[in-house]
Amino acid sequence: MIELNDDKCMHCGACVGACPANAIYLNEVILDFNDDCTDCGLCVKACPVGALTLIRTRGLKVPAATA
Amino acid sequence: MFPKDSYDVVVVGGGPSGSTSARYAARNGADVLLVEKRQEIGSPVRCGEGVSMEIFKHVDIKPDSSWFVNQVTGARIFGPSGKFILIDAKKAGDEVGAVIERDNFDKYLAAEAARDGAEIATKTSVVSLLRDGGEVCGVRIRRMGEERDIAAKLVIGADGFESQVARWAGFNTNLKTRDTTSNLQYRMTNLDLDPRFTDFYIGSVAPGGYVWIFPKSRDVANVGIGLLLSKIKGPSEAKDYLDGFIASDPRLKNASIMETVSGGVSVSAPLDKVTADRIMLVGDAARMIDPLTGGGISNGVIAGKVCGEVAVEAVRAKDFSVEFLQRYEKGWRELLEEKLYRDYMAKEKLVSLDDEALDKLIEVMSAVPLENLSTKEILGAIRKKYPELVKEFEDLI
Ligand SMILES: Cc1cc2nc3c(=O)[nH]c(=O)nc-3n(C[C@H](O)[C@H](O)[C@H](O)COP(=O)(O)OP(=O)(O)OC[C@H]3O[C@@H](n4cnc5c(N)ncnc54)[C@H](O)[C@@H]3O)c2cc1C
Repeated sequence: MIELNDDKCMHCGACVGACPANAIYLNEVILDFNDDCTDCGLCVKACPVGALTLIRTRGLKVPAATA
Repeated sequence: MFPKDSYDVVVVGGGPSGSTSARYAARNGADVLLVEKRQEIGSPVRCGEGVSMEIFKHVDIKPDSSWFVNQVTGARIFGPSGKFILIDAKKAGDEVGAVIERDNFDKYLAAEAARDGAEIATKTSVVSLLRDGGEVCGVRIRRMGEERDIAAKLVIGADGFESQVARWAGFNTNLKTRDTTSNLQYRMTNLDLDPRFTDFYIGSVAPGGYVWIFPKSRDVANVGIGLLLSKIKGPSEAKDYLDGFIASDPRLKNASIMETVSGGVSVSAPLDKVTADRIMLVGDAARMIDPLTGGGISNGVIAGKVCGEVAVEAVRAKDFSVEFLQRYEKGWRELLEEKLYRDYMAKEKLVSLDDEALDKLIEVMSAVPLENLSTKEILGAIRKKYPELVKEFEDLI
């Protein structure tokens, strides 16, 4: 999962162009990720100001029974 | 003021490439809509604002005081040791010849398009391509909460680095990390610069890219950095490297930041194919940025003119097939392709060099007389002194 820090985001689209899955949508100050995101993390590298963080969720999900 | 239901040509993106395409299509008789998702053309700026004087040769634009603010006489390229070479703006067919105000420049180009008959819709996003039996036949737009379908005989994708239109249409615009850069820039004031020069700093100050100082005056300049994604290790490196550079440069230490600008820039070879039935791509969307400098304004404008002209020819001939649109492929490639590939190879080489090798390069280049600063002459001179540096480039010499 990609986490966006709105405070840092410049809404510049560097992540949009770098995304190989076309999973990011930008309009003025709105930045949205859709389900096509593969967690590849390229957008994290592309972001000049560090507004994006890759949160690794796979394998960490707690099974419902034990939650 | 609301767009009509149907146009000959819909251009997506009101940057320099889109406005120029729209302008040349409209002035030659096509019915054109230019769609821009931002509420203000040209703003916010995402650019270092350096342009070569080349564009004035190819396209009918005259320097206007609203955006043409500082014509420089040369570019200085500093190696890691601080030695530099000076490239004369007139002699080198260079990327930087003047520093402009991009927001006003983009508005100027859009206004030219409007004067030549194009309709412009701002705060209007293209959200998808319309298709008729697989073929593109228009765009869906969203504007003030309302969606509408607009028919078009031809769609021009000029939507920049983000290039959604290209991807919707099935072009492969995916970039490798070695062909993509992350960029950050401050517009700074309270400086003491020599406004006659644009400065570039290469080496480990900016892995895989460079730091630039593009002055608007003695007091104001764009100070920015581009880093190659393949060299970036963690988040926010562009900012960290740029802040580090500024802290170390006495001309910049006491400056204030008036504006922060960021963005992605491709430094790839151009796409193999920028046309398909009923669609053409232009500018950043077609990866026409110069891979060595990261400059894309001139190329987008130069290709935009060809794109607009071919659009009208297609409208007249009522032929929007990919075969007909080869006129555009051929036209823009004749003007730009050779340099794009040459600069791509030069970039590939440069990013592989360490500080020591870059210093050698600067040292050799500073000894080449200015008149001869062509890629060929430079490579020849390097071969004489450091043959190992140019081994892979023998065929270029
Ligand atoms: C930090 C930075 C510094 C740079 N410095 C320089 C420089 O000094 N010199 C230089 O020559 N180049 C520079 N560049 C590159 C330059 O900015 C681009 O090459 C140039 O803007 C390309 O013009 P364009 O018209 O192709 O695309 P853009 O200028 O990106 O225009 C595309 C337009 O399309 C709009 N759009 C996108 N999607 C949609 C949609 N779905 N619907 C409607 N509208 C849409 C966007 O809002 C945008 O206005 C720099 C880039 C960056 C990021």
